[in-house]
Amino acid sequence: MKQSLFENRHKAQWTQFALMLDRLERGKGTSRLDGFPREYRQLCQHLALARERGYSSFLVDSLQQQVLRGHQQLYRHRSRLGPRIAAFILADFPRLVREQWRFVLAASLMFFGSLIGFACLVYLFPDLIYNLIPAEQVSQMQGMYDPVAGHLGRSAERAASEDWVMFGFYIMHNIGIAFQTFASGLLFGLGSAFFLFFNGLMIGAVAGHLTQIGYGQTFWSFVIGHGAFELSAIALAGAAGLQLGWALVAPGRLRRAEALRVAARKSVLLICGVMLFLLIAAFIEAYWSSMTGPAPITKYLVGAALWVLVALYLLLAGRTRHAPE
Amino acid sequence: MLESTALPRKATLSPPLDTRFQVETPEGIDLPLRPAGLMVRALAFAIDLGLRGLILGLLFIVLAFLGKLGAGLGSILLFGVSWWYMVLFEVLNQGRSPGKQWMGLRVVQDDGTPIGWSASLLRNLLRVVDLLPFGYCLGALSCLLHPNFKRLGDLAAGTLVIYRERPLARPQLPEAEPQRAAFPLTLPEQRAILGFAERQHELSEARALEVASILAQPLQVPAPRAVTHLNGIARGLLGPT
Repeated sequence: MKQSLFENRHKAQWTQFALMLDRLERGKGTSRLDGFPREYRQLCQHLALARERGYSSFLVDSLQQQVLRGHQQLYRHRSRLGPRIAAFILADFPRLVREQWRFVLAASLMFFGSLIGFACLVYLFPDLIYNLIPAEQVSQMQGMYDPVAGHLGRSAERAASEDWVMFGFYIMHNIGIAFQTFASGLLFGLGSAFFLFFNGLMIGAVAGHLTQIGYGQTFWSFVIGHGAFELSAIALAGAAGLQLGWALVAPGRLRRAEALRVAARKSVLLICGVMLFLLIAAFIEAYWSSMTGPAPITKYLVGAALWVLVALYLLLAGRTRHAPE
Repeated sequence: MLESTALPRKATLSPPLDTRFQVETPEGIDLPLRPAGLMVRALAFAIDLGLRGLILGLLFIVLAFLGKLGAGLGSILLFGVSWWYMVLFEVLNQGRSPGKQWMGLRVVQDDGTPIGWSASLLRNLLRVVDLLPFGYCLGALSCLLHPNFKRLGDLAAGTLVIYRERPLARPQLPEAEPQRAAFPLTLPEQRAILGFAERQHELSEARALEVASILAQPLQVPAPRAVTHLNGIARGLLGPT
């Protein structure tokens, strides 16, 4: 068949298809598109024919463009975001954490290990703090948690707007750290390991120092509440990073690039959960932890309850078969 | 051992000479994508960077009037713009951030489908590693070394930055009497002759003659008439309009 005849015979169909594509791409009037997959396959056949019969580049190229656009519309992932987020929070995220327990365990050991280790070391050898953290930063920390000041380093009566300031700051700062911890895992996991260790060191040293000089009450009652979410989130972000790195170190039966892609798909879900945790943590930190009204014992109790809650959530949620799908 | 028994994939297709990247669709069609190189991507990124700076600058001026509330909102905005700007544009605007749109690029998955939330988040989070040790060194290196110009974030997320296809204008074939070639033409030869006719307006007359006269002898025509003869064959191949 000559090219002109071929073109004339199918021209109407192609214009029709182009109209459908336009509507799909603009996301409007998508109700009258029942025939789209059939039309698309027809177009694919036309393209194959055009190539096989050696028609001109113009025809082949323009058919190719149409097929590419159709391909992108037909195979795009459309899913309702709402139910997926609910399912993710209620079941998929804790399941994923349990599935990746090796990485979570390794990251937790690095992070909490260095945290507790340095807290003990600084508690036992007080001078060590000045080798780890610059002196002015130490005195700044001391100022913030000074029990004599009676509040947490900020003005005596905090206005609601100031909670806002801190809320914004915590979100930016903490999620930034989590993202960094995760992303640097691409360097064969070394970056994540470093950030886990380093953050553990800083937090541990400060905690040990403040406890040692007798500011323990103000410090621990402040951090215990949001720490449940914040510290576990950092550990989980590290776990996601380690997973990336491990895919490069030991790709198994896949090629390295392929292994990385598979691992990345899972670890990005972990990061979504981490963001959720950090949002909650920022909220608690800005609105609950900074309150000076409740007695320390209340804060300890609430903090302990939050830790238990996080542990139970990660260990138990989504275990039933009929978890919301 | 396994590999030797498996049929070689796409055995009939020779790899393209240029940087095109073939995607095989479930319909059995090979779609060529054109990956974008380092320079154009760097320009797109620079545009995005400038735009982000502009957005933040304007917002901060507005927020400065709001006092403490403004400071809180400001840091949330800073977070949003620095981490989510790319992701939101890529997912909601068919893989195009403003800079990419400007440069005629878009991001797609490796299989040519539109980019989704998780892939976009991943490739933009891993930008941090591409930035190491300074000024996109790792990203640029990986981009230069990879056959499809992927930076590390693209490798992990399985995404590809490609040139957006531009609408084609129908070329005018030069007027000529339809003719039959002196010998049967193979398919690549047919396409070459059609291509010559379609793209003749891009060539100077002298160059068209020079190219066509190579074929004068096999076509058994005198060299000065080769161009018209080729156009005639192209017309003949195309059929009556």
